[in-house]
Amino acid sequence: MSDTITKDASAPAGDNSPKATPAKKEKPERVASLWSDAVRDLRRNPLFIIGGVLVLALIVISIVPGWFTDGSPFANGACDLSHSLERPSAEHWFGYDVQGCDIYTRTVWGARNSIIVGILTTTTVTVVGALLGLWAGWKGGVIDSILSRITEIFFSIPTLLGGMLIMSMLPFAGNAYSVSLVMAVLGWPQIFRIMRASVLSNKNNDYVMAARALGAGAGRITFRHILPNAIAPVIVVAAISLGVFIGAEAALSYLGIGVQPPQISWGLMISDAQVRFLAAPHVLLFPAAVLSVTVLAFIMLGDAVRDALDPKLR
Amino acid sequence: MTTVIEKNQKSGRLEVGTPLLEVKDLHVEFHTRDGVAKAVNGVNYSVAAGETLAVLGESGSGKSVTAQTIMGILDMPPGKISQGQILFRGKDMLAMKEEERRQIRGQKIAMIFQDALSSLNPVMTVGAQLGEMFRVHRGASKKEAREKAIELMERVRIPAARQRVGDYPHQFSGGMRQRIMIAMALSMEPDLIIADEPTTALDVTVQAQVMDLLAELQAEYNMGLILITHDLGVVADVADKIAVMYAGRIVETAPVRDLYANPAHPYTKGLLRSIPRLDQKGQELYAIKGLPPNLLKVPAGCAFNPRCDVATDLCRTEIPALHQVTDKDGKELTGRRSACHLWKETLHG
Amino acid sequence: MAEPILEVKDLVKHYPLTQGILFKKQVGAVKAVDGISFDLMKGETLGIVGESGCGKSTLAKVLMNLERATSGQVLFKGEDISKLTGQALKAVRRNIQMVFQDPYTSLNPRMTVGDIIGEPFEIHPEVAPKGDRRKAVQDLLDVVGLNPEYINRYPHQFSGGQRQRIGIARGLALKPEIIICDEPVSALDVSVQAQVINLLDQLQGEFGLSYMFIAHDLSIVRHISDRVGVMYLGKMVEIGSDEEIYDNATHPYTQALLSAVPVPDPTARETRDRIILTGDIPSPANPPSGCRFRTRCWKAEERCSTEVPLLAVPELLKGPAAHQSACHFAEVRETAAV
Repeated sequence: MSDTITKDASAPAGDNSPKATPAKKEKPERVASLWSDAVRDLRRNPLFIIGGVLVLALIVISIVPGWFTDGSPFANGACDLSHSLERPSAEHWFGYDVQGCDIYTRTVWGARNSIIVGILTTTTVTVVGALLGLWAGWKGGVIDSILSRITEIFFSIPTLLGGMLIMSMLPFAGNAYSVSLVMAVLGWPQIFRIMRASVLSNKNNDYVMAARALGAGAGRITFRHILPNAIAPVIVVAAISLGVFIGAEAALSYLGIGVQPPQISWGLMISDAQVRFLAAPHVLLFPAAVLSVTVLAFIMLGDAVRDALDPKLR
Repeated sequence: MTTVIEKNQKSGRLEVGTPLLEVKDLHVEFHTRDGVAKAVNGVNYSVAAGETLAVLGESGSGKSVTAQTIMGILDMPPGKISQGQILFRGKDMLAMKEEERRQIRGQKIAMIFQDALSSLNPVMTVGAQLGEMFRVHRGASKKEAREKAIELMERVRIPAARQRVGDYPHQFSGGMRQRIMIAMALSMEPDLIIADEPTTALDVTVQAQVMDLLAELQAEYNMGLILITHDLGVVADVADKIAVMYAGRIVETAPVRDLYANPAHPYTKGLLRSIPRLDQKGQELYAIKGLPPNLLKVPAGCAFNPRCDVATDLCRTEIPALHQVTDKDGKELTGRRSACHLWKETLHG
Repeated sequence: MAEPILEVKDLVKHYPLTQGILFKKQVGAVKAVDGISFDLMKGETLGIVGESGCGKSTLAKVLMNLERATSGQVLFKGEDISKLTGQALKAVRRNIQMVFQDPYTSLNPRMTVGDIIGEPFEIHPEVAPKGDRRKAVQDLLDVVGLNPEYINRYPHQFSGGQRQRIGIARGLALKPEIIICDEPVSALDVSVQAQVINLLDQLQGEFGLSYMFIAHDLSIVRHISDRVGVMYLGKMVEIGSDEEIYDNATHPYTQALLSAVPVPDPTARETRDRIILTGDIPSPANPPSGCRFRTRCWKAEERCSTEVPLLAVPELLKGPAAHQSACHFAEVRETAAV
């Protein structure tokens, strides 16, 4: 009966009469709410601070890469074939790629495209998927049926085929924005499904009924009662899929619909390096490591936010 | 003890009064993030063949954890048996090898749970589930197992057993599912049945049917029965003796009539007083003050002291032993014990 | 006698059973509530008892307008509220509130106690001006016996009994006249139930509330109720004062229900005269014809399967036995139950 234990353990500490004074006295002025408590909690969470610093650094790098490297990879003579596949050294930390370009410089300058793709796609997918999922789960009936059938259609389209199809309809192509758009169009059903399932399992709770009995409108019920309780799994999946999107961008490049050389992205760098992995592992390892750290940073942020939104973990 | 003698005449495989199970000084703790919760704290009780022991307690009293420990189905971790013995017919089950224990579990000791729907496999017919035991333990053929299943369903009085043996659990009502659970528990003709809140999820009229059935089958086979419940009414109806648990300890044991007539522990007394009675209509109900204790922070001394009307300083510092209770002349009362420093005042005052 | 504050007239709630995915076809209906009429008087407590599937919880939801009635009327002070929508419905909600069964699911785990009890004020801003709300919430906490300083805590930090007090405070916030309590203590520990019952009792006196108290625990219902209604398969089978129902039940189902309740008195074991009903409650989608209880009734005759017994005072009965009962053969049972 571990269930019983937690139930008991959750009662206020040492409190054996309903009127006992709280163990920790709170300032009477403070008005707590889920969000203000979450912010307070986040500020003290090392996971959030580390993740936040990393993400912030990545954003700064992608906005002003010039601050972090001497040269631009696009400058004349930036690449020198004589350095092809040279190993890392004190001056060139990450070594050179097959074209003789400095990998460190390229990694720094490639951050912009990768970060744009990652953040833009994840944001779009999450907002669209979560809102539609919330709507479908809450409304049920015909709206739910229609939206669910639409997601099934999207799921059945092979990503690459769908990507080419959408690209062919776009007036612009081959940059981070078009890639984000393609992946967002193909990616939202996943979040939709998670959100819908989560809403369905939460909407029949008595507190939703209680809010209706008080006369609460649909907006208040969905955004104050259902959304905060249903969002946790979405945050986790969104944080993980951010990395997937950054990696997937490279796949689209093959089809000529991703970011095109001479533009740089981590995905492109990784896919270029794959062929010579055994001969020159550093060419692959450094961009891959940076990508991993980025993904980790976002996952840390996601975990921290999810935990902060769950008062039980406080 | 007229009822017991009566049971003896009716049947049976077991001699009435044969000691079956003895729990000795059992301690179980749960290691949680917030600390160690002592769920069971030195519990002793015993059941003999043909006897019904009711373990009465609220959530968190340790009554279910004790039962799960006996059955060997406690989740470990987070649970941990830190001390004690569980003797089944004189042999300590906690010292046995897993293989040996498995022979006892299900065959010698069976358990009935509160929620029959989640205890039955939804994608297997009830016939297959009932017959499975015979196929596994007795090597019965498919056909024999089916016949056995029908026989068991008839034993627990499921109407049209032959037609319904191929039905799935969801096609039965709550009461019928609980009967199937009982049939399953009976299938290996165990010596002891542990029933954990067997009728809590059922309606009153159905509850009466199921309890009657259980009592009747018990009498017929002379099984021992441990009935775990929080319902004072059910206990009064079927139990021979009672162990009242609070915060992981037994606070009082007594034959059923004695306990209801004259409790020797303030907690038992409070529980009995808080039942609404006719003559109290329109008055405030007696209520035990405060809340059940947090197992991570059990009060010092007697765990019940913050809620007790008669607690003294002694109660706040010293854990009371389970005293043998005597009558006014100092004569020992059989089977009566109370873990209260003030049991004399509670009983006689 | 006090005037009725709530009049329920021939209330029906059917849930359609449909087949097909795209073109739904109705193939039947679950008759959860099937023609129920009763009055709730001002300041009284009306207990509603019955087993699972009898429709008592559906009745509560329909009265709360959480489910639309299929037909029939619910008159609050003479005005039919069962068909209201929009602002009119919102306004009437102020008068009827509800206390839920499960204190673990009826409070939003991600809201503070202050937010939970303050939410009624946000929805109905006219009840408490913005500046006074915090004070109003703290007053409510005090009224239900909780420390007002708990306002910033979350539900999981409280035990079941305390949570139920929070739920009661939320129900009281709009100063309603009627509170529907749906099994308010059945999820609580035995030693805490009495505290909550006492609180409800005390609040009734303090605020002049009318309660509809739905429960399956007959002894608690008897303690708190002025009148008791017994439901079976969507119908009210008997209704009367607590004495009329508990000591002079005339409907066989009520008698069986009362006799089946385990009595916390071991000495009564042998002497009790229990009626053990056979079989289960039939499905509300396909209730028996005539009297719905006839399939389990020991008195049933031919007439019971053809003629629906009406809820009325049987002509031949006198004294406390003369109360509304829906049985062709209504009479007081010889041995007294409970």
